[in-house]
Amino acid sequence: MLIQTLPEIGLYAMMLALAMALVQAVVPLAGSLTRRPLWMSYAVPMAWGQALFLLIAFVCLALGFLFKDFSVAYIADNANSRLPWYYRLSAVWGGHEGSVLLWSMLLAFWGLAVSIFSRHLPRDMLARVLAVLGMINAGFLLFILATSSPFERLLPVPPADGADLNPLLQDPGLIIHPPMLYMGYVGFSVAFAFALAALMGGRLDAAWTRWARPWTNLAWAFLSVGIALGSWWAYYELGWGGWWFWDPVENASLMPWLAGTALMHSLAVTEKRGGFKSWTILLAIVTFSLSLLGTFLVRSGVLTSVHAFANDPSRGTFILILLGLTVGASLTLYAFRAPRVKSPLGFGWRSRDAMLLLNNILLLVMMVTVLLGTLYPLILDSLDLGRISVGPPYFNALIVPLTVALGLFMGVGPVTRWKQMATRELIKRLWLSAIVSLAIALAMPWLYDGAWSLPVSLGLLIAAWIVVPLAREPLTLMRRFGLRGPARLSRSHYGMVLGHIGMAVTIVGVTMVSNYDHADNVRMSLGHTVEVGGYRFTMTQLNETRGPNYVSDRATIRVTQGDRLVTLLHPEKRFFDVRRQAMTETALDHGMTRDLYVAMGEPLEDGESWAMRIQVKPFVRWLWLGALLMAAGGVLAVCDKRYRHRSRIRHRNRTRQNLEARS
Amino acid sequence: MKAHRRQRLIILLVLVALAGVAVGLTLYALRANMNLFYSPTQISSGEAPQGRSLRAGGVVRNDSVHRDQDTLDVTFTVTDFEADVPVHYRGILPDLFREGQGVVIVGTLDERGWLQASEVLAKHDENYMPPEVDGALKAAEARRAIPSETAAVADSRASKTL
Repeated sequence: MLIQTLPEIGLYAMMLALAMALVQAVVPLAGSLTRRPLWMSYAVPMAWGQALFLLIAFVCLALGFLFKDFSVAYIADNANSRLPWYYRLSAVWGGHEGSVLLWSMLLAFWGLAVSIFSRHLPRDMLARVLAVLGMINAGFLLFILATSSPFERLLPVPPADGADLNPLLQDPGLIIHPPMLYMGYVGFSVAFAFALAALMGGRLDAAWTRWARPWTNLAWAFLSVGIALGSWWAYYELGWGGWWFWDPVENASLMPWLAGTALMHSLAVTEKRGGFKSWTILLAIVTFSLSLLGTFLVRSGVLTSVHAFANDPSRGTFILILLGLTVGASLTLYAFRAPRVKSPLGFGWRSRDAMLLLNNILLLVMMVTVLLGTLYPLILDSLDLGRISVGPPYFNALIVPLTVALGLFMGVGPVTRWKQMATRELIKRLWLSAIVSLAIALAMPWLYDGAWSLPVSLGLLIAAWIVVPLAREPLTLMRRFGLRGPARLSRSHYGMVLGHIGMAVTIVGVTMVSNYDHADNVRMSLGHTVEVGGYRFTMTQLNETRGPNYVSDRATIRVTQGDRLVTLLHPEKRFFDVRRQAMTETALDHGMTRDLYVAMGEPLEDGESWAMRIQVKPFVRWLWLGALLMAAGGVLAVCDKRYRHRSRIRHRNRTRQNLEARS
Repeated sequence: MKAHRRQRLIILLVLVALAGVAVGLTLYALRANMNLFYSPTQISSGEAPQGRSLRAGGVVRNDSVHRDQDTLDVTFTVTDFEADVPVHYRGILPDLFREGQGVVIVGTLDERGWLQASEVLAKHDENYMPPEVDGALKAAEARRAIPSETAAVADSRASKTL
């Protein structure tokens, strides 16, 4: 009985969460404007309730999937009785309705986390932050309830079995990719809420940035991992060995990442030096707006991409309105409040301030480049000026030189001093690193390939130039204080170091795999051998196997190098019965310096041979390893002492505030 | 001018100059790398340029897919049910490529009127028709409908009076 009513319980829980979000959006804000502590204190319990009820709704949906309740339309569309339980569980966010519910639940969780970890904020600040988060979630829950409820029933005659999950999504990578990506998207709402709360309160000092920084870092770390997982999934699941396609949906996640990276750096300037104040606020608004834009692009069906499934246009309109309201309202507030802010600081061109300014400019130019390439076809199409697509050459032609420029400044930035420094001092700090980096860049292509290559040298030069100067600080401290010296640097410093090293590692990966990969499309039959990139691939077996919801052709490929057996690979071609869809299951042998990659294409007319794609991809793992290091850097910076010892300062702030209120 | 004012002015000028360069480069790159979409009807009537990268799309005609016996060369025909365009491709076709299915092709048109494909895209959801292809098919259908429109109107009237 209870099991049958689960979808209704879920729906009801969602409505309750909406009601709470509305209260959370209105009452604490009104309280902060009229200075009523009672009203402001509504914020925290509402945030808790909202998170609780959305969790209940989500669990109801997940249980529906586990118990195979095909009377629910969403479950019937995305699952099948033969789908294994773990994919039934990940199918909860395999389609549109479930993934927006996940979005909303994660937003509520971020709100919950803010109410726990930032509970020592001044009362009115906390009330405003939570009110902004409440508004966003109220909008999203309205959207879900109006256009995309996952609990819609197919009554009175439910289907006997479901239509199954899209085979592309039946993959372990896809179990965690969407939650990570959404954690990142949604997480930027916290920085946004802090920025708006600071604007409303007119308190645009460095304090809000110190509160907002850990949240921004965390969201950024999640987004980095989410993007990396998506790229990794595309690499092995789509079957072509590419790792970034400049697909509009990938761009949609890259844009908030670029803006978010700029935001992190700009927050640093505001916190440490009090500069860039209004700029930081604008960036927080832009970053979250881009997250919403990403959601709109993916969820509205305006794009032709992997993620574009048959879609309902009213949803797009709704999100577009939501996006318009958010951007419009926050920019209006910004326009009224920001001119009051002054950042009267001067700084020289050879200073960390200037380097971070350049970093911001470059990142934003990259972001605008991606934005233009993504939206231009959509704009032309909606104006009826023709259907075009913008291909990877456009993005590569612009992003690659911009990354080189960014890398050059990334090398200089960490060794500069705030405010001002002499040219001679700067050269003294950098000349050795420059020589070392240059030597590495010139030597490596020779050592690896036996021939010199300009693009490889350039890529490695940038990577080395980012990493080598980072060693200066710990080495100086070690010289002065002995082995314990480097421990004197803060965790947020090491977070920065780790993040920059991650960037360099990714650059190495991109450079090597773009310049040294080998790929071949071949016909292969039993006993046939081909040689790719110094490895010999022989097909030794070809059989048919059965999985829970598919049949598959499975080949065994023996890989040898010289006389040594490297590995046996088992690529498959699966045919999913319910959806009547074929899927390539690639076989990989991965390693730090190279991946071997075999994908089965299609059976050929003679009935014995297959079209196969065989690739050797050097250093491709470094791409994603770099992203993980960046994320780890972001998390490490959050663990910095000054965020943990803040409670005392907060306490002092609050007493002062109470005194002011009384007087 | 005060020092920080002058600095601000320099920042502003640099910003404007950088933005100008960026926009110029971007537009140039966009122009050079844009792929226009053509329907089979447009291609067969000679509207599409030769030797320049373009996108085309339509439905793969039944029984038109032929694989070479020794290589990975494959040929097939895409159609909007009004005009056909022959396509040549070397490589592995995507999983969802099937006769009767909508596909998008990136490639160049050679002087014989063949589309030399560098990429064949079939979408991952089988109920999903790429919007360009959908548009091309609808346009072809609409053109076919025009001559018989008057008849259809007459028909509907007739059925009403019945």
